[in-house]
Amino acid sequence: MKRIKSIKEKKKDSLYGYAFISPFFILFSIFGLFPIIFSFYLSFQRWNGLGEMEFVGLRNFELVLADPFFWKAMYNTFVIALMSTLPQLIIAFLLAFALNSTYVKMKGFFRVSFFLPNVTSIVAVAVVFGTLFTNSSTGLVNSFIGLFGFEPVNWGTSEWGVKWAISAMIFWRWVGYNTIIYLAGLQSISQDLYEAAKIDGASVRQQIMHITIPMMKPVIIFTVFISTIGSLQLFTEPLVFIGTTLREEGVTVVLYLYREAFSNNAFGTASATAVILFFVIIVMSVTNLLIANRLGNSRKKVS
Amino acid sequence: MKNTKDLIYKTILYALLMGGALIALFPFYWMFIISTNPNHVVNSVPPAFLPGNMLVDNFKNVLANIDFFGALWNSIIVSTSITLATLLFCSLAGYAFAKLEFKGKKILFIAILTTMMIPPQLGLIPSYVIITKLGWLNELKAVIVPGMVSAFGIFWMRQYIKEAIPNELIEAGKMDGCSQIRIYFQIVIPLILPAFATLGIITYMGVWNDFLWPLIVLKDQSVHTLQIAIRSLNDTYVRDYGMIMSGTFWATVPLVLIFLIFNKFFIDSIVKGAVKN
Repeated sequence: MKRIKSIKEKKKDSLYGYAFISPFFILFSIFGLFPIIFSFYLSFQRWNGLGEMEFVGLRNFELVLADPFFWKAMYNTFVIALMSTLPQLIIAFLLAFALNSTYVKMKGFFRVSFFLPNVTSIVAVAVVFGTLFTNSSTGLVNSFIGLFGFEPVNWGTSEWGVKWAISAMIFWRWVGYNTIIYLAGLQSISQDLYEAAKIDGASVRQQIMHITIPMMKPVIIFTVFISTIGSLQLFTEPLVFIGTTLREEGVTVVLYLYREAFSNNAFGTASATAVILFFVIIVMSVTNLLIANRLGNSRKKVS
Repeated sequence: MKNTKDLIYKTILYALLMGGALIALFPFYWMFIISTNPNHVVNSVPPAFLPGNMLVDNFKNVLANIDFFGALWNSIIVSTSITLATLLFCSLAGYAFAKLEFKGKKILFIAILTTMMIPPQLGLIPSYVIITKLGWLNELKAVIVPGMVSAFGIFWMRQYIKEAIPNELIEAGKMDGCSQIRIYFQIVIPLILPAFATLGIITYMGVWNDFLWPLIVLKDQSVHTLQIAIRSLNDTYVRDYGMIMSGTFWATVPLVLIFLIFNKFFIDSIVKGAVKN
């Protein structure tokens, strides 16, 4: 009697299981899974979005990889990723460290101020920074660097000006986010470790090098991962900042993809670009993981 | 000696934090200053640091160029409906993945996790084609319906439900003759409200600030969301910075206010979301 009931119940449970995941899975198949698979298919077709598709083999990949503008976009994406991520994480770490200090008061105020930029939309950030980083020699940033004796920079039109301006936007919007994440990590380190180190006569610098940084490794790896993957998908900042003219100083891979698809109606090459970006991100993720593993192992060997 | 060293250390810490806060807050102040001043002030010497008297005039110019309140309304509709649907669908599926036994559960869950790693741009063009074929271009549902799919949401809900709800509670419910639907609504939901708050905030903010997808499928001015509308202000042929900044300022104010009121909640959500990842 009891066994029969439990089998019946199991069946009922599994029916409910399917029923409960079905709203998600129906939408997910149409708007999540299918587009991903279809993207690979499209990357082998020539198609303008309206007429017949034509199978062209690897021709789309050849076209994209032979386009200097694509390589410029790839170069820009990586350079901006590096320029924005590295300073961002270092400053975020310093800020989190300062904020975690027992000396500091008004912690709530600092936390909220640092985080505020992250709530702001990227479009708003790009518009506001567009008025700070103007080409005019009397623009605010140009006036400011003038105080230190620097020549005015054409932020909107020069090779490095555009990159610095875009990096500044990313830096501003994300430094607080990373500070908060690091702070959470720092607070999870047991105070006893520091006490013990102090008793052993360790200086602040030694405490940072031998306790804080090793304990923070997983958090640091997470932020490096998120920032690099995020900056490879850079789109909104350059689009709003440099406008529809798509100046080559600021074009990124996703902007290139966007232009191929929605200005040139070349859905095949656009899909090929998406597939290439996908593999670049996979390679970057795997590299990140390998480095992370390596660091983890070397630490185990030491201790 | 020890005291002076402490003092120096303290000064460095505060200088660092004050500098950080200044850089974080200044663009907001600048936004306000420019939005209350005439156009030419943007590059004036010396730089403008005081509010002007164009607050109302600049915003009137915004209203002459874009349907600001229409766009605000569209943003509210899109963000609210996606958030509500995400909470419902993700908690239902999350509950099934955490507590119910059915065939193929593991494979389906792994499929979801895998798509979390895939950059959203990969599916961009096919998604656009689907929306075109459905005839949804220039309709809000083109953003709302695909937006309801959140792999992260499922993952998040499953983890939370697994930890927060003891199996005994569900068994007890069954003993009392509750159906799974009643168990979900009367036992599960009340216990996962904190997870709803976290996922809700992350989802709402993400949708509110989303740009690329709405830009592609919402071309017509009447369906523009705030972000798209602000961007079109910025692209006008003759740039009136007072007007542009006024639009940007008033588009930024609502979310900043909500953040300031619920800041503890927001920051906790982001941290939790990141840690779980």
